[in-house]
Amino acid sequence: MDAIEAAFADGPAFVPYLAAGDPDYDASLEYVAALARGGADVIELGLPFSEPVAEGPTIQAAVNRSLDAGMTPDRFFAFVEELDVDVPLVCMTYYNLIYRYGGEDAERPRAFVERAAAAGIEGFVVPDLPAEEADPLREACDEFGCDLVFIVAPTTQGERLDRIMARVSGYVYVQARLGVTGAKADVSTQTGQSLDRLAEWGVPKAVGFGISSGEQAGEVVAAGADGVIVGSALVDIVAEGHEAGDDAATVAERLETKARELKEGAVAGAQRTPRPERT
Amino acid sequence: MPAIEELTDAYERYVLRNEEGFMDEFRERLREFGGRPTPLQHAERLSERYDTEVYLKREDLLHGGAHKLNNALGQVLLAKYMDKERIVAETGAGQHGTATAMAAAHLDMPCEVYMGETDINRQRPNVFRMRLNGADVTPVTAGRGTLKEAINETMRDWATTVENTHYVLGSVVGPHPFPVMVRDFQAVISEEARRQVREQTGELPDSVLACAGGGSNTMGAFAAFLDDEDVSLHAVEAGGSSLAVDEERGVAPNSASLSTGNEGVLHGARTRLLQDDDGQILESHSVSAGLDYAGVGPELAHLVESGRVRAVNVDDDAALAAFHRLSSTEGIIPALESAHALAYLERVAGPSSPATEGSSGEPRDEAHDDLGDIVIVNVSGRGDKDLETVIEETDRREIPEAPEMDVFTEGL
Repeated sequence: MDAIEAAFADGPAFVPYLAAGDPDYDASLEYVAALARGGADVIELGLPFSEPVAEGPTIQAAVNRSLDAGMTPDRFFAFVEELDVDVPLVCMTYYNLIYRYGGEDAERPRAFVERAAAAGIEGFVVPDLPAEEADPLREACDEFGCDLVFIVAPTTQGERLDRIMARVSGYVYVQARLGVTGAKADVSTQTGQSLDRLAEWGVPKAVGFGISSGEQAGEVVAAGADGVIVGSALVDIVAEGHEAGDDAATVAERLETKARELKEGAVAGAQRTPRPERT
Repeated sequence: MPAIEELTDAYERYVLRNEEGFMDEFRERLREFGGRPTPLQHAERLSERYDTEVYLKREDLLHGGAHKLNNALGQVLLAKYMDKERIVAETGAGQHGTATAMAAAHLDMPCEVYMGETDINRQRPNVFRMRLNGADVTPVTAGRGTLKEAINETMRDWATTVENTHYVLGSVVGPHPFPVMVRDFQAVISEEARRQVREQTGELPDSVLACAGGGSNTMGAFAAFLDDEDVSLHAVEAGGSSLAVDEERGVAPNSASLSTGNEGVLHGARTRLLQDDDGQILESHSVSAGLDYAGVGPELAHLVESGRVRAVNVDDDAALAAFHRLSSTEGIIPALESAHALAYLERVAGPSSPATEGSSGEPRDEAHDDLGDIVIVNVSGRGDKDLETVIEETDRREIPEAPEMDVFTEGL
């Protein structure tokens, strides 16, 4: 739990996402390492599920490339073990893969969390798991020292917000706008309002959905975010390199450059609006 | 999903407590616009053939030609009461999309329907009908382009537009309150059937048969009989071409999630799913687009687990044979979905086919006895939409009940 908290302690955190194994296992290892070199503070690693309902076209395609290349939960854990990065890793996936892990007789969802924690995963984001159904996973996370991150939409309110607050740890994923993942040209004006609603929460607020440039990362941080989450803009770089047939080293370099731009943008945003110290 | 809380609140107020006379208006519109009640027809030739009194609940005679209108009308009306401005829906066979498009036109709401490309190609008449009713039909190309992918895409749309849009989910699946709400709207089928069978025979039926894909007509046909413990309830699934999973292609060539699936979580519900060992959802298959889904309603899954409902299945060939049999013997062209329920009747009680034939074998006598003397089969929809599929599929198989297909295929 401490690793993720620590990652948010020194100024705004840059939290990139990539689908593990996209477009293939070996290239993906290089890409994740490139994000770490580019300044990632936490990395969200997608464990591909066949029904990615929270994702827009970019990440859907990434998930399919990874699945087609043979990604499975066990290969994902091997992937995490093989990664040589000094950054906390969060597993982003859908609940059925967590629920089914270990087969019919496994203790669910504990078996998955135990294996993930052993591989080096520090936390989980599960977009299709509502807080109402999250207690078994929350308990397993507590047992193995992992965080459970929840996504808060601009429309989340009332009791639902309270239920999430009671169960979230690591950071809260603040959805910048309604809908599914995907890079957008502008950052939603809803972000500031969303952050205000969570002002009292005792976890860092990381904003995602639609951020694709250093400038936008800066805007989000200036609006009060403790971190920025970027997925589709990075997955686009992977997809374009894959389609053009570029070698993995070249694509990795582009990812590192983009990561640096986003991290620097976030830091610049923090300088524009000095943050009150978090207690 | 905050929309879920808002919807739960609306469901409890308007459907359960009839606030503002919602349920009165719903029933009135089902009568006036929908043509309810539908008949419970005694099927003479089938009764003779199976040596038992067979009654057909004629949901094919509901406006639009399928039970789907019950739910679509209920939900579009509910969306009105919730002050929503737009309707989205998914559709497999197109029956739900058609019903939603009709209900939306009737209640003056803009409507967008997501439909898998495979299903668009095999259900063109319904695509035309949706468009004629003013709906936009958006093709979904992901995966095999069937119902599962259409649901994914509709959920994505809804997540983006939830503030002004209601998602009219087409079956007893998805997150709460959809499964119970859709069941409540469909329960009119068994409420009527229960009353009608008593009026006509003085008794309750011994068994009720309904096909099961997602399970909306199934739950609708069973709901009012659940407490009648002497009435046995049979959910007939699509056994497709085989009950075994094609490991290499990652495909289940069937849609029999009750019979062969495992517990899992999909589209916001914990239920039985066709999935691989890792929990990845398998592509399903059925000759009937309306049954072609890897999941099933959670309540139906629970009723099967508790033993109240028996899950059985028949394969594509048996369903096609039943389609032709009902068409030629009773003058009713059933939906391929409903043909599955009729095929089960043939399997356990038919004069020529032993019960061991087909997918899940049971000694014939025992199964026949289990059906009893009065059997209701839910004819969930009419088969006009399936004619192209039936002609094509019959032509490439040997279906003894079918007429010669040459006359149809010459011009193709």
